[in-house]
Amino acid sequence: MSAAAPGTSKAAHSDVAPKKKKGPGALATAYLVIYNVVMTAGWLVIAVGLVRAYLARGSYHGLYYSIEKPLKFFQTGAILEILHCAVGIVPSSVVLTGFQVMSRVFLTWAVTHSVREVQSEDSVLLFVTAWTVTEIIRYSFYTFSLLNHLPYLIKWARYTFFIVLYPMGVTGELLTIYAALPYVQKTGLYSVTLPNKYNFSFDYYTFLILIMISYIPLFPQLYFHMIRQRKKVLGHVEDYSKVE
Amino acid sequence: QERAVVFFEVEILDAKTKDKLCFLDKVEPNATIGEIKSMFHKSHPQWYPARQSIRLDPKGKSLKDEDVLQHLPVGTTATFYFRDLGAQISWVTVFLTEYTGPLVIYLMFYFRVPFIYAPKYDFTTSKHWVVHLACMCHSFHYVKRLLETLFVHRFSHGTMPLRNIFKNCTYYWGFAAWMAYYINHPLYTPPIYGEQQIRLALIIFLFCQIGNFSIHIALRNLRPPGSKTRKIPYPTKNPFTWIFLLVSCPNYTYEVLGSWLGFTVMTQCLPVAFFTLVGFIQMTVWAKGKHRSYLKEFRDYPPLRSPILPFIL
Repeated sequence: MSAAAPGTSKAAHSDVAPKKKKGPGALATAYLVIYNVVMTAGWLVIAVGLVRAYLARGSYHGLYYSIEKPLKFFQTGAILEILHCAVGIVPSSVVLTGFQVMSRVFLTWAVTHSVREVQSEDSVLLFVTAWTVTEIIRYSFYTFSLLNHLPYLIKWARYTFFIVLYPMGVTGELLTIYAALPYVQKTGLYSVTLPNKYNFSFDYYTFLILIMISYIPLFPQLYFHMIRQRKKVLGHVEDYSKVE
Repeated sequence: QERAVVFFEVEILDAKTKDKLCFLDKVEPNATIGEIKSMFHKSHPQWYPARQSIRLDPKGKSLKDEDVLQHLPVGTTATFYFRDLGAQISWVTVFLTEYTGPLVIYLMFYFRVPFIYAPKYDFTTSKHWVVHLACMCHSFHYVKRLLETLFVHRFSHGTMPLRNIFKNCTYYWGFAAWMAYYINHPLYTPPIYGEQQIRLALIIFLFCQIGNFSIHIALRNLRPPGSKTRKIPYPTKNPFTWIFLLVSCPNYTYEVLGSWLGFTVMTQCLPVAFFTLVGFIQMTVWAKGKHRSYLKEFRDYPPLRSPILPFIL
């Protein structure tokens, strides 16, 4: 969920990506370049899809349906990134990456896909837009880093856009989950009640509320971590900009 | 005639900042690291010996309390590096706290203390006899653990970082509450295969409780009181220890394969199965670590042994 944060998902990766270069072998690097190019392209498709649908309809309403399939495909595809960490070709923590990817996947499938009634909510557009811009920047950042040719603009974008995109994404996500609550409660979606032979119960409604609450401690931590990263990576920018 | 004794000088630097923290002169050559830690503690009272990590190299391994100054690769002026391990708490305290929780918490659910289930069930008891049996087994298990902590185990390390107690207690207490909630619930469903299932589960449970206890005793007997020696454990006359032929850490084997698997079958409760699974994963990690240490330390370590599951894991 907090993976809505532009650049957050690879905060650790980002400090290492430009500096390391002894990491993956030539074959792994080639694969990763292809992977990141494909993902950049995929999210560009989603971006273009959103713009075209908006121009065609003339309203923000219901744009989710025009990009539903590529969104599901490319967001789910990000699960490969967990594998990349596990195998070692990407120097990030498996746990951190896993957490961030799975929270995105959770929102895509377990909330937006599963609760049809929220699909026409504007909050969905809010987080989809945030994710789209973030991912285009993030994946192009990785692509250029791997090729050892990172334009300053991309680096700047990755460490600056999040300031707006992260809160935007989080807002969209929270509003969407909130909108889903009444339908989940009414239909008992994904819930198990007693009695049953496994002596187990699960209330998806309560679970979603707990998820929403967890944003409170998690979001500030990740946000301020990115702010600190920004100072470290882009630090000197502030000095130049102060010169009149 | 007295032989001249060469005294050592010891300087202790901060491992990160390299600041000189302490200078000790006239240190006996046969002084131990433990004694040096006590001396350091005098000049820095906030760093009691348990939270001091003293090393030869800022990024190196901690020296042991038993290491003797003159046997270390240092000149007569020895330079050590210090790292603060953070607030420490004794293993015994942690164990007692983390095990008392489940004992008490489970009983609260068993007796259906108010605010857990609907008010009409307050202070009632389950009509299923397996629920009473489960309570006895669960309680017995944790009482056994508490007594072993007090009277059986001989710990290598005196302390662990303070934050561990919060982590560990959340785990044990949280899972105990989760399991106890369902087992003692008014809508609890007893095992499908009834008495047969319960009886089989109880036998497995008891067998493994005895097995686990036997291993703890065998391990205790490897180590004289107050010592931290490490020896290869071997099967004894007690048949429950013959599993040492095939496994390095049979205490974990008995714990998972037996006690908790038995308890899962006895209660037919999915949360218990989850707890067993998580415990199994954690114990496998510990067993593999222990197995690796054994292999590193002892050239003649029996090759047939696996860490936790014979031949498999």
